[in-house]
Amino acid sequence: MLRPYPNEPGSFVANQFDVIVLGGGPAGYVCAIRCAQLGLTTAVVEQDKLGGVCVNIGCIPTKALLHSAYIAGLLKESKDFGVDASGVKTDYGIAMKRSRRVSDQNSKGVEFLMKKHKITVVKGTGVLQPGRKVKVGSDVHEAKKAVVIATGSRVKGIPQIGLEINKTTVISSDEALVMERVPESLAIIGAGAVGMEFADIFNAFGVKVTVIEALPRILPLEDAESSDTLNKSYRKRGIEVIAGAKVTKANVGKDKVTLDVETAGEKKQVAAAAVLMAAGRAVNTENIGLKECGIQLTDRGFIKVDKNLQTSTPGYYAIGDVAGPPMLAHKGSREGVIVAEIVAGQKPHPIKYDNVPSVTYCHPEVASIGLTEDQCKEKKLDYVAGKFPFSANGRARGTGETDGFVKILRDKKYGEILGAHIVGAHASEMIHELAVARENEYTVEEVDLAIHAHPTMSEAIGEAALDSLGRVLNI
Amino acid sequence: MEALSPTMEEGRLVKWTKHEGDAVKSGDTLAEVETDKAVMELVARADGQLLKVMVPEGTTVPVGNIVAWIGKPGEKVDGAGSQESGAGAPKPAVAAAAPAAKAPAPAPAPAPVPVAAVSDATRVKASPLAKRIAKEAGVDLKLVQGSGPGGRVIKRDVEGAPAPSPAAPVAAPAPRPTPDARRTGVPYEDVPLTQIRKTIAKRLAASIGPIPHFFLTTEIDMERAAEAREALNKQLGEAGGKISFNDIIIKAVALALVQHRACNAWFQEDHIRYWNEVHIGMAVAIEDGLITPVIRNADLKNLREIGAESRELAGRARTRRLKPEEYTGATFSVSNLGMFDIDQFTAVINPPEAGIVAIGSIVPKPVPEGGGDRLVVRRRLRVTMSCDHRVIDGATGAAFLRTLKQMLENPLAMLL
Repeated sequence: MLRPYPNEPGSFVANQFDVIVLGGGPAGYVCAIRCAQLGLTTAVVEQDKLGGVCVNIGCIPTKALLHSAYIAGLLKESKDFGVDASGVKTDYGIAMKRSRRVSDQNSKGVEFLMKKHKITVVKGTGVLQPGRKVKVGSDVHEAKKAVVIATGSRVKGIPQIGLEINKTTVISSDEALVMERVPESLAIIGAGAVGMEFADIFNAFGVKVTVIEALPRILPLEDAESSDTLNKSYRKRGIEVIAGAKVTKANVGKDKVTLDVETAGEKKQVAAAAVLMAAGRAVNTENIGLKECGIQLTDRGFIKVDKNLQTSTPGYYAIGDVAGPPMLAHKGSREGVIVAEIVAGQKPHPIKYDNVPSVTYCHPEVASIGLTEDQCKEKKLDYVAGKFPFSANGRARGTGETDGFVKILRDKKYGEILGAHIVGAHASEMIHELAVARENEYTVEEVDLAIHAHPTMSEAIGEAALDSLGRVLNI
Repeated sequence: MEALSPTMEEGRLVKWTKHEGDAVKSGDTLAEVETDKAVMELVARADGQLLKVMVPEGTTVPVGNIVAWIGKPGEKVDGAGSQESGAGAPKPAVAAAAPAAKAPAPAPAPAPVPVAAVSDATRVKASPLAKRIAKEAGVDLKLVQGSGPGGRVIKRDVEGAPAPSPAAPVAAPAPRPTPDARRTGVPYEDVPLTQIRKTIAKRLAASIGPIPHFFLTTEIDMERAAEAREALNKQLGEAGGKISFNDIIIKAVALALVQHRACNAWFQEDHIRYWNEVHIGMAVAIEDGLITPVIRNADLKNLREIGAESRELAGRARTRRLKPEEYTGATFSVSNLGMFDIDQFTAVINPPEAGIVAIGSIVPKPVPEGGGDRLVVRRRLRVTMSCDHRVIDGATGAAFLRTLKQMLENPLAMLL
């Protein structure tokens, strides 16, 4: 029903909702579902496919490709298991198409969820206006209770050194996820989760991969031992890793890129058929009307929010990547739930930002929660590290996945789990035992008291807990 | 029995102020209870009639036990004789620590409500970590409001909870046996420890044992301070509010601490908390013990304010009417035994504070003057500072004491 909006002659309020969510990624669409569950009429404005980067060009398709890589790796070693799979061929194009189907299924799934919860999906680019309004095309939608900004982030290049994304020789994950054929060689800039996952994928598909990281080690936010273990595993597979390296100059040719790399005073040249930019992301805060609504940004360019995730302008909230780090889908989703509950007048439990698990799905997987050992040292905490390697775990030996370990950092005085780090097969699944433990403030004793089934990889968690108490059994 | 102070484990019911059959409203004083710190009021947590008093005056009751029942007039108290709440008995009432949101509805309670609340048998919802921290820190979980799911007490809540409040420095009259217990043929008299005596014993043993004390003594010429005091009191005249030496000393200590933050600190196991605010604990001898009321922001108060406040606090300390927040949170303490003709003594540090000064009597003494060729009589004061060596080193303490001496010897320096 159209009705004239009194303050703005000539402009019409196309529709009124309790809540309008700008962005249909994992933060935005989850927020919308929770709003609907709480009886709020809700709209989601999305310019592309529902599910955002995560579902379409991020988490989900990469996991599909990583599984292709896993199968390729498995078959390479399978002779020893009594399965001769010699002559195995890989085809990235087929793997890519499968990953697209998986993404499409997930995106359709989100569409279905929107219908199920009677959430209006407005297709188009939304621009915020004062008075809790969102303009999409020529329509102005009005939110009676709240506008939630969940516009996410995008890949960024480094134009300063000549590495502007050109989609052919200098690419981002966006292109890597839809290419039909792999390049002969690939230099990956950035050894965070994205860089390491693509290194794993492309290595499995026969590409000569070089990873270049500016910080002194790969996965710089993870525990140093996790980085070391992964580094060894990558080198074993022939992936070149150059850490503590600065790319000083890039020479971008038609079918070749040459990078001048400086590491520990040494100068080096890395040539590759293509460069994949995986060094950081830029938040989508431009041209969405933030300034017009008086919404402020932080020094680092994120939207400034209070502890209720409300921006500097009342009635406007921000969630997900735009609201600040860690830029992880699961953190955004939880923020979406929290904002929905706040808008509905509830008092949700705040997020513990130090209890957001971090996972890299390469092989072996790396997962962590809480503090690293270095952070414990920096904070001068009195801690004990309990560690158990998968090489001493029966299940891991059986499957031949003995790389990695579980490490638990225990506060000496109270037994609090300060941090936990897992490198190994299924680390991404196993970390949640420790996430639950930390969320509920279990100490290492409670982790040990929970009986772990035998034989499982998870037994290593119980053993690491015991090790932190000086009582490890199976080593 | 409600826990009326953070460290209270039991309370002695001193006097019932309401009696069986009296109408009571939520908030009315039911009884006076002697806790480990003070005599405090036990208030009703429900409306109705005081149906049954379960505990006679003079009885010591553990926290959590039922002391009385409130209900509708004429209503029978179910299971009145037992501490167990049987199947037909009402639920325990709301504790002091219970969230306000859960306070009983204004309507008269349909069933008798025991005036208890927190029982040791009551299950406290708390995370394993919070339980461990509380145990080590001596925090009573029943008194902590939980902010976790379903009101569960979590780490954050325990960390913010008040630690057991410090009692006071030693150097005060010991608990006395009955004064007229002269030679009656009985060789000795066993006096049960009162609540406050138990706390003093616990707290001070925890001080002199683990804290590496050392002591610094200086003698201060109080001639000019005495002149200043006389002049000020003359000016105040009949307006009242005379200024005592103790007030001047507290002010000087507070101002000296501002200049020596290193002495205005708490030792906190893994860190030292240097206070910017100056809160002076003032040891007050009371019947059967001592307590340290706190003069907050003493550095910012003038002598009249300090005088009025210390007299008021000491008065209430002696009648044991201090509120917990009035005897906790000092950053440094002063213990004065001058009135007992003590020349010099050492005081025991009141943890987590890192220092205390012990003030002796002001006595006229012959002092060499003019390069030592003649003796004059001057009023002199001996001050001994006890320092926690984990926080304050010898030179640090000495520097503070020198500033204190300069301020008292030249009171105008306090204006600087």
